[in-house]
Amino acid sequence: MPTVTEKLKTTKDSNAAMGEAMRQINPDVICAYPITPSTPIMETFAMYLADGEVDTELVAVESEHSAMSACVGAAAAGARVMNATAANGLALMFEILCVASGLRLPLVLGIANRPISSPLNIHGDHYDTYGVREAGWIQLYSENAQETYDNMIQAVRISEHPDVRTPVMVCMDGFQSSHCAENIVIEPDKFVTDFVGTYKPSYTTFLDVDNPTTMGAYDLPNYLFEHKREQHQGLLEAPAVIEAVGKEYGEKTGRPYGFVEEYRLEDAEFAVVAMNATCGTAKDVVDELREEGIKAGLLKVRVYRPFPYEIVAQALKPLKAVACLDRMLPNGAMGGPLFNEVRSALYDFAVKPSVVNYIYGIGGRDLQPKHLRRAFLRLKDIGTSGETGPYVDYLNLRE
Amino acid sequence: MAAITLKSAAAMPLKMAPGHKACPGCGLPIICKQAFSQVEDPLVVSVATGCLEIISSGYPVTAWNIPFIHSAFENAAATISGAEATYISLKRRGRIPADKKIKFAALAGDGGTYDIGLQALSGALERGHNFVYICFDNEAYMNTGGQRSGGTPMGSSTTTAPAGKVKAGKLQFKKDLTMICAMHHIPYAAQVAPSRWRDLMKKARKAFDYEGPAFINALSVCPTGWKSDASMGMEITQMAVDSCMFPLFEVENGLVRVTYKPKEKLPVAEYMKHMGRFRHMFKPENAEFLGRIQEAVDERWEWLLLQDRFTRELEAEKKAEKE
Repeated sequence: MPTVTEKLKTTKDSNAAMGEAMRQINPDVICAYPITPSTPIMETFAMYLADGEVDTELVAVESEHSAMSACVGAAAAGARVMNATAANGLALMFEILCVASGLRLPLVLGIANRPISSPLNIHGDHYDTYGVREAGWIQLYSENAQETYDNMIQAVRISEHPDVRTPVMVCMDGFQSSHCAENIVIEPDKFVTDFVGTYKPSYTTFLDVDNPTTMGAYDLPNYLFEHKREQHQGLLEAPAVIEAVGKEYGEKTGRPYGFVEEYRLEDAEFAVVAMNATCGTAKDVVDELREEGIKAGLLKVRVYRPFPYEIVAQALKPLKAVACLDRMLPNGAMGGPLFNEVRSALYDFAVKPSVVNYIYGIGGRDLQPKHLRRAFLRLKDIGTSGETGPYVDYLNLRE
Repeated sequence: MAAITLKSAAAMPLKMAPGHKACPGCGLPIICKQAFSQVEDPLVVSVATGCLEIISSGYPVTAWNIPFIHSAFENAAATISGAEATYISLKRRGRIPADKKIKFAALAGDGGTYDIGLQALSGALERGHNFVYICFDNEAYMNTGGQRSGGTPMGSSTTTAPAGKVKAGKLQFKKDLTMICAMHHIPYAAQVAPSRWRDLMKKARKAFDYEGPAFINALSVCPTGWKSDASMGMEITQMAVDSCMFPLFEVENGLVRVTYKPKEKLPVAEYMKHMGRFRHMFKPENAEFLGRIQEAVDERWEWLLLQDRFTRELEAEKKAEKE
C-alpha cells in the first residue's frame, strides 16, 4: 500500500494491519524469523522494504532465538525495534524475552496467537502468550484488525516511555484474526509518524562509544533482588502511561483505549470475560440475550500484563455470576490464567459474583454463538440456585 | 596504524582494564590485550555468558573501558548483528554522524561457539554483518568447572567425559570450527595462539580491517581447567602449536595459509604431559589411544599443509602469469 495521506477506510486482516502499522512506524531495525500464522506480517513489511516504502534495516535471522537476541542488541544500541512471531517461535524466544525486559529495553513484538507443540497445530489459542506471561513484558490483546493496528502504534509509545521502558507484545488470534479480513481505518502516515515521534532512547546506548556502559552485568545475591524490584517498577508505572496514551490516541483518532472494554455491563447480572477475537462473537450473543430479557454483558480485557485488577474488580463486583473464557487448559492450576487473575481480583470483596471458568478454542476449535449461550444460561442458573458447580468446564469439546 | 611491535601494542589505551577476576595464568586477558591493541577505531563488544563475562562484569564493577553487552550464552553473534544493523540504520537516518567509525566484535568461549552458539554464529556469518567474532577456546566449559565441549581435544578428561576405569576422557576429535566458519565464504578466518603474539596481532588487525564478517579462534590456556602450572601458560600454549594439536593458519578470501610451521613437530605426548587433564593418557592401557590421537593430529596437519601448498602454488601461478 502506498502513502496514506488521509484517513483510509479499507479491508485488512490483522497480519496486514500489523504490517501496515509497521510501515507507518518505519522502525529503525526489525529482526525477525517467519512462523505461521504471523509470517505475513513480515512478508508484508519486506515487500514495503523491497519497494522502497520504508528504509528500516531488516535483519532476517536464522531462528526466533536470534531474532529476539538481535532485537536486544539493536534496542541496546539505540534503535526503535519491532518483530513478530507466534507459538513455538515465542517459546524459543523465552530466554531472551526475559533478557529484554531485564535490560529494560523498549521493544514491540507482534503476536498471532497459536498453540505450542505438541501435537503440532498452527491454528489459534493462547498457549503461547499465556506461557510467557511472567517474562516481564506488557501484553496487549486485540479483538480485530482495527485494534491490532491501533495497539501496535500505541505500543511504541508505551514501551519507550522513560518511566516504563518495558517491552510490549501485541496479541491477536492466529487465523481468526491474522487471516480474516475486516473493515479497518488506516490513519494518515503523518499522524502515525507524529504520534510515535523520532526515537530518543532514555538510556546510554551501546553505540555511545564516548560514554561506555557495561550492559547485562551479572548480579550476585547482593544485588539481583533490588534490580528485579527496579524492573518491576516499570510495570507498576505502566498503567498511567497506557491510560494516557490510549486517551491521547482516542482524542486524535476517535478510537479511545483503556485497560478493558465494558460491553453492556452497566446493568448486567451475568458476564463473560474474554480476550481477543472471541469478544466479537460474545458481543453478538450478549445482544441476542438482552433481546430475550437476560441481563448479559461482556468484559473484554485488553491489557493482561500488567493486569488491571482494580478496574476488573470494580466492573464485575456488582454482578451475580461471571464466566472467564480461557484458550488454554489449567495445566494443574485451579483454572485458566484469566480465571485466576479475575477471581483473585474479586477476592477482597465481601459481596462478589460467582466465578467459573470455560476452556474454549484450543487449537483453533470454533466457538460459536450457541456455545456462548450455553455458558450464559449456566451463569443464569448459578444466579438463581447459588450453586456454582465445577469451576472449570469446556465449550465445544467432544467428551 | 603503527607497525606491529610490543611497544606500539603496549601504547594502545586498554579496552579491557586490569583488576578483573581472571585466574592466575588465564589466557583470556592476554588475548584481549593482544587482539584489541590492533583496533584503533572505537570498539563495542557483545560477550557471551562464560569466563570472560564473569571475570570482567560483576556488578557493581566492570573491567570494560568500551561499550559492553552481555545477553545470554548462545547469542553473542545475534546480539552484535542487531547492534551492527542499528549502526547502519542510524547512520542512514542521520542519527549517527556519517563519518563515525565503530568496530563490532562478538566474544565467546568454546562452549558458546563450538556448541550452543554455533547456529547464531553461522547465521551472522551468512548474513554478512561487519563484525569480528573471537572464540576464546579453552577447550571445555571452564566457567562451570570443566565440562566437555565440541572444542575439547581427544583424550582430555573433563567432568562430563572424565577419564575413569574404562574410559579415557573425550573419545572424539575436536571440531574444526575455524574451517566451518571459513566455509561460509567470509573474507577472513584464522586460528591464533597468544604465544605467537605477532601472528595473533597481525591476524586481529586483518580481521578488523576486512569489511564483512571475520572469525578468529584463539587458544586460551586455562591453568585451572587444564590442571597446569599457571606460570607455564605461554610455554604450554606454544607446545599446543608445536605439536600441531592447535595449528596456526588463516583462510583469507578462501585461500588457506599455514602461518606457522614448527621446525620440529613436537609429539603430542610431550605437550600432554604438562597437563593434569591428560594425565591418564600415560597409563599403559591408554598407549594405543594415545597413538591414535597422534595419528589423527598428523593426518589433519598433513591435510592443512596440502591446503597451504595449493595456495602457494596458485599464488606462484598467478605471479608467473603476470610476469
